[in-house]
Order: sequence, then structure tokens, then C-alpha cells
Amino acid sequence: MAVLAGVPLAIGLSAWSGGGSVRADEVPAEAAAAGVRFPVRVNRPSGPPRVLVDTEGVPPGTTVACSTCHATRPPDRTNARTDDLDEFHQGLVVRHGDSTCLACHDPTDYDRLRRADGRPVAFEDVMDLCGQCHGPQRRDWRHGAHGGTTGYWDLTRGPRTRNHCVDCHDPHAPAFPRMRPTFKPIDRFLTPDAESHE
Amino acid sequence: MSTRTKPEGKRPTRRAVVKGAAVTLGAAAFAKAVSPVAEFAEGLTVEQFLRRHYKELSEDDKREVLARIERDTEAEYGAACKVADPPPLPGVKFAYAINLSKCNGNGKCVEACHRENNHDRDTNQSYIRVLELEKGSMDLEKGNTTYDHAVPAEGKDYLPVQCQQCDAPPCTAVCPVEATWKEPDGIVVVDYDWCIGCRYCEAACPYHARRFNWKKPTIPADEVNPDQGLLSNRIRPQGVMEKCHFCLHRTREGRLPACAEACPTGARVFGNVADPASELRWILANKRVFVLKEELGTKPSFFYFFDD
Ligand code: HEC
Ligand code: HEC
Ligand code: HEC
Ligand code: HEC
Repeated sequence: MAVLAGVPLAIGLSAWSGGGSVRADEVPAEAAAAGVRFPVRVNRPSGPPRVLVDTEGVPPGTTVACSTCHATRPPDRTNARTDDLDEFHQGLVVRHGDSTCLACHDPTDYDRLRRADGRPVAFEDVMDLCGQCHGPQRRDWRHGAHGGTTGYWDLTRGPRTRNHCVDCHDPHAPAFPRMRPTFKPIDRFLTPDAESHE
Repeated sequence: MSTRTKPEGKRPTRRAVVKGAAVTLGAAAFAKAVSPVAEFAEGLTVEQFLRRHYKELSEDDKREVLARIERDTEAEYGAACKVADPPPLPGVKFAYAINLSKCNGNGKCVEACHRENNHDRDTNQSYIRVLELEKGSMDLEKGNTTYDHAVPAEGKDYLPVQCQQCDAPPCTAVCPVEATWKEPDGIVVVDYDWCIGCRYCEAACPYHARRFNWKKPTIPADEVNPDQGLLSNRIRPQGVMEKCHFCLHRTREGRLPACAEACPTGARVFGNVADPASELRWILANKRVFVLKEELGTKPSFFYFFDD
């Protein structure tokens, strides 16, 4: 849908000529606005991902931390893309621009992520990672224009919950999946003719 | 109902309007226009039929109206429900904005509306239609709602349309019995007990956002949403008009409308546009924003925007 941008104005849809005077950087954070009593909760991952161990001798369902293996092996920068993986993590699909594994994963500690400048980012704070390459989406998210909201529009009456980036985008293959509509109006019943068929 | 600001003045009785309309329309045309109501009226007591507009009732009368609807719903649908009549909130002007760069036509909003608002199960009725359009053509007259394939489809755009809650609503002006009006918080409502089902409002709406109840809604008891509003999602009788009411039974309690919460793409933004700190105001100030059929001067409270 992003391709829609820049289409010439067509019939039926006209430019809205009003407009507030509020600029992006002047808008107070919702949480700081006067009278707000309930929080805006942001979903976040519970912590670093873990890997399921599927070997004889361990109880089924056992998981281990990333560092379990990676603490004992030096980071391998030549493993940049999924094609480079031949010993482990095969079947992983990474389709995300030209990003290499270690553009996001922290080579000094595989239980966390990293910014481009090397500063670590906890998996819980993954949005800070996304935000450094996707500034406009991060800004839109902050203003409620990307990412969706549930709960209360009125924070004086109840809390609000916000999705975070990884709720909707797989970090490895972030393209939003195509969907199959499951609910369709039965239009013929919406017309007068339907009456006689009852 | 003292907070309601329906213009005072000549408020015709239902009787007088029925007569007056017959004169201008011709008896045959009128009989046709009200025929669904005439059938419907048979099941009503005289008291119900001639009952004054609920806005003119005393507080006690109103409590009785709400209680009656709860009793009737329980009797007819086997579902206990709670019918409330939340008033508009002071200082609040509701508006909606949809990000058309994100909407992919999946229709979850259509379904959420269907369930939330106790729509007829047989017809998959909903206040929302999502139109599939040729890319670049935002002409809602050319849209198709019955597409059935993975979305977004190549070369298509998607346009969800529901009541635009116009500030200059053509629909309320044509109602011969003032059964529909605009509330101070911007929501255009219908009094289902007062509507005569003449469908003038349906014809007047340039967004095809009003629907007529051709039949009594069927809803299994365990699917009835018991959280109901007198002017919103209580089960509508046959023979009256209905339309999106911004889920006023939710939104006047501070909650988001069902369609906003159901959207998996995050395209739907709802709130109080009178609040300068609202998300809506940021969108209006910072995005390319459009209204549908702006040239008609209807002044929608419903906006569409693009990311860049
Ligand atoms: C069972 C041991 C094991 C566990 C647990 C494990 N890895 Fe690995 N990982 C490997 C091996 C072996 C390679 C090298 C694969 C290759 O060269 O084909 C690797 C490669 C990688 C690489 C590519 C860069 C490099 O240093 O080779 C990344 C990134 C990575 N793992 C991330 C993770 C993350 C994140 C987790 C936790 C969710 C994790 N790994 C858990 C064994 C493990
Ligand atoms: C754009 C940033 C980014 C890139 C590039 C990236 N990852 Fe990840 N990866 C993440 C994030 C964020 C998570 C955590 C996902 C979650 O919490 O669900 C993750 C999770 C993982 C996991 C554990 C979950 C899983 O899907 O198995 C492994 C293993 C992993 N990454 C390996 C890799 C390897 C190997 C590469 C390179 C081929 C790579 N990653 C590239 C950000 C990235
Ligand atoms: C190191 C920079 C970098 C980081 C970090 C990063 N991305 Fe990206 N992302 C990119 C690039 C480059 C593209 C490809 C842009 C293109 O193809 O035009 C991209 C594309 C995307 C797309 C569009 C995909 C499509 O095919 O339509 C999404 C969605 C996305 N990223 C989400 C995320 C999320 C969520 C995170 C955090 C987990 C993230 N990105 C982190 C660089 C990054
Ligand atoms: C509610 C789900 C949802 C959440 C949460 C979400 N996105 Fe998106 N995002 C989408 C959808 C839907 C698209 C449009 C996909 C398409 O064009 O097909 C999108 C598109 C994108 C794109 C592609 C460019 C564009 O704007 O269309 C990027 C980059 C992106 N998102 C980044 C992010 C980042 C960063 C976050 C977190 C701050 C985030 N998203 C949170 C649903 C979401």
C-alpha cells in the first residue's frame, strides 16, 4: 500500500484544507499531558529468545539461551546472511534489506542486540533497534499513526495498550504478511429484492 | 437527556408528519414508503406506537424504556443485556482517521462491527464496507466489497467506508420525523423507536452509510453483545434505519470503537479531535489528509491519510 503515496488526486477524494497548528516536536507526550491518570502500556518481548534443544537425554521442551553456545565460540562475521549458515540455524529466513546478522545481534553478547554504533540494546527494547533505521515509522508510531492501539482513547478513564514493532513485523522478514479476508458482507441481502426471497 | 442539543422548535408529532407526507407524496407512494413500518406496527401496542419521542421523556420514563428493551431482548433473543444511554462528553468532538497506506482490505473491522453491534447474522450486516478499488482511483462509486482473495491484491487499493459523522449531515435534514440528529460530540444518531423507515436519509447519504432493516435480526443468544446503548447497538427492530454511531456505548465511556481495536494493520486512529494533544491532531497537522466527496460540503469528521 505504500506505493499509493504520490498518486494524483482522483475523483471522490479531495484534499482536506483545514489543519491544526500543532507541529510534531511540540506535541507533548501523551503520558505527560494534563489530567492523564492511566498509563500507555507498550507490549514488549519478555526477554532474549531461546533455542529449543531437541536431543536425546534432555526432557522435551528444554530451551537454552543464545549465549549457551555463543559464549564458547567467537563471533563469525563471515556468517552475514542465511546462505552462510551451514552448521546451525539452517532454515532461518532473513529477508530484510541488506542487513547482516551482526548489524542487529550483538557479537559481544548474543543475548542482546546492538545499535549501529555498537551500544547494546536489550531484546525487550527492540523498538530502539528498529527505530534507528526506520525513523519515520518510529515517529509515526509515537504519535499513534503506525502500529495500532487498544483500550481507552481517553486516558483519564482507562489505560491504553500499544503494539510494538515485532508484534506485527518479523525482524528477519519484516514485510507485513498478506491476509485472506474471512468475513464478507452478503450484499444481495442488503437490497430490497432480498425481501421477496425470504 | 438535558445535555442533548437537538434544535428546539416545531417538533411535529408523528401523526402529523405521517399525514403531511401523504399529502406531498401521494397516497400510493406513501403507503409504499412506510409499508415495512406498517407491518412492523401490527406487533406494537398503541401505547408503543404513539409513544412520544424518548428525548422528551422524564428520567423515570426513560428508565422504563431502557428496562423494557432489556426485557424484550431477553424474551426474544434469550440473552440478558444491559441497555445504557450514555450522554455525549463535554469538550469532546469525536473523529476518525484511516491510514490508507496501511489498510490492506482484510475486513477485520467489518467483522468486529458485525459482532459488537448485534447485526443480523444471516446477512453478515455491518456498518462498515471495505471497497477494493483500482489503484489510484479513489472513486467510492466504483468499489467492490465482495472480493475474495489474499490482500492486498496487486494493483488494488482499499477504502473502508462507514458513516462519516458529517458536521453538515444531509441525512438528518431530510428526516420527516426528526428521528435522526447530530449530537454535540459529533455522532449522528438514530432513534430506532421513532424512525418510520421512510429511507429518505438512506437516499440522502452520499457515502451509502445508512442501512434499512429489512428483517428482524437473527442472532444466537450466546452471540448477543449484552453491552448495549439505546442509540447504538441494541438490537434494532425490523423496519428502521441504522448506521455507524462510533460505538457510542464504548466511546462515551472512553474506550476505542470495536473496529479500531480489531484492525490488524494499525490503520485506524480514533479520538477526540478537540484535544490539541490527540493523535488525530498530530495526523491532521503532519500527514496528507483527505475527506471523501469534499466538494459536497458535508464536512465529514472522518479523515483518510497517507504516509508520504
Ligand atoms: C546449540 C548452539 C547454539 C545456540 C543455542 C544458538 N546458536 Fe547461534 N550459532 C550457532 C552456530 C554453530 C553458529 C554458526 C553457524 C554456521 O556457521 O553455519 C551460529 C551462528 C549464529 C549467528 C551468525 C553469526 C555468527 O557468529 O556465526 C547469529 C547471529 C546467531 N547464531 C544468533 C543466535 C541467537 C540470537 C541465538 C539465541 C536465540 C543463538 N544464536 C543460539 C550455535 C548456536
Ligand atoms: C534487523 C535486525 C536483525 C537481523 C538482520 C537479524 N536478526 Fe536475528 N533476531 C532479531 C531480533 C529482534 C530477534 C528477536 C525476535 C523475537 O523476539 O521474536 C532475533 C531473533 C533471532 C533468533 C532466535 C529466534 C529465531 O527466529 O530463531 C536467531 C537464531 C537469530 N535471530 C539469528 C539471526 C541470524 C543467524 C541472522 C543473520 C542471518 C539474523 N538473526 C539477522 C533481529 C535481527
Ligand atoms: C540496520 C538497519 C535496519 C534495522 C536495525 C532494521 N531495519 Fe527494517 N529495513 C532496513 C532496510 C535497509 C530495509 C529495506 C528497505 C527497502 O527495501 O527499501 C528495511 C525494510 C523494513 C520493512 C519493509 C519490508 C518490506 O518488504 O516491505 C519493515 C516492515 C521493517 N524493515 C521493519 C523493521 C523492524 C520491525 C525492525 C526492528 C526489529 C527493523 N526493521 C530494523 C533496515 C533496517
Ligand atoms: C499493528 C501492526 C504494526 C505495528 C505494531 C508496526 N507496524 Fe510497521 N507496518 C505495518 C503495516 C500493515 C505496514 C504496511 C505493509 C505494507 O505496505 O504492505 C507497515 C509498514 C512498515 C514499514 C515499511 C514502510 C512503510 O511505512 O510502509 C516499516 C519500515 C515499518 N512498518 C516499520 C515499523 C516499525 C519500526 C515499527 C515499530 C515502531 C512498526 N512498523 C510497527 C504494521 C505494523
